[in-house]
Amino acid sequence: MSVADYAFYLFAMTTVVGGFFTVMARNPVHSVLWLITAFVGATGLFVLLGAEFVAMLLMIVYVGAVAVLFLFVVMMLDVDFAALKAEMAKSLPLALLIGVILLMELGTIFGVWQFSDGAEAARGAVTPALDVAHNTQALGMILYTDYILLFQLAGLILLVAMIGAIVLTLRHRTNIKRQNVIAQMHRDPAEAMKIIDVKPGQGL
Amino acid sequence: MEDLLKEYLPIIIFLGLAIVIGLVLILAAVVLAVRNPDPEKLSAYECGFNAFDDARMKFDVRFYLVAILFIIFDLEIAFLFPWAVAFKDVGLVGFWSMMVFLAVLTIGFAYEWKKGALEWE
Repeated sequence: MSVADYAFYLFAMTTVVGGFFTVMARNPVHSVLWLITAFVGATGLFVLLGAEFVAMLLMIVYVGAVAVLFLFVVMMLDVDFAALKAEMAKSLPLALLIGVILLMELGTIFGVWQFSDGAEAARGAVTPALDVAHNTQALGMILYTDYILLFQLAGLILLVAMIGAIVLTLRHRTNIKRQNVIAQMHRDPAEAMKIIDVKPGQGL
Repeated sequence: MEDLLKEYLPIIIFLGLAIVIGLVLILAAVVLAVRNPDPEKLSAYECGFNAFDDARMKFDVRFYLVAILFIIFDLEIAFLFPWAVAFKDVGLVGFWSMMVFLAVLTIGFAYEWKKGALEWE
């Protein structure tokens, strides 16, 4: 076996074990950490497939950002996990039903999976050989021209996500004292203080 | 393909070394360290005190908003990478397609700036 084979088994095991403990971990924070392990394993698998760009994207976006968001959510949830566990027994039949349906769907897919004759050829033709253009470049050559509609739609989805997040969560507090730097810099002695001549024995 | 993987060989060696060093340090602590606990040693002392409450509490949702906005701009950057690498090949259409994409996200950026989503109060 070559080093690449060993690396494949290392990353595949990491991914599977990470996924298993994501489901099995009792503490949700540990679950997220195991999920990060699974992401890192999947990154290695993508590199072994030659899909460098997707691998680095997985690292930057999923490990760097999405996992942080998950951690935020898990830590922000002010829930009593003991109560949640008790609830789980009640919804177990429904969960089992959904699981069985998903399993049956997967079975159906594997049973009747068929490739069209042109599919393999079309798939092979899209990516140029590595010595002509490497992965990221090959993606760049088609993403912005051949798939321009999908690219622009992705931009619009990001815009909607941005505006939606702001509309849903942004609340301005009113009773807060804020520092107004411009106003501070434009203060001058003439308006900031005045001299009062107090007569003896009279006061103000 | 083989050449590509050869370029990644140092990384996997580093990864293996990092795992080995991490395991050795943990195991060395388990094997070598003297452990002789008694209730007084394990109790909170000096500045330490027992926790008043559960560590889980409600965070301000603003932290979450910052994280979401970070992810969106992270993805925007991710779209810029292949464009920059393939800049010579994308031509005029590719160039202006990216400009439109950036303009759309700049509208969103202007909106969030105007709304004060980037300010911490």
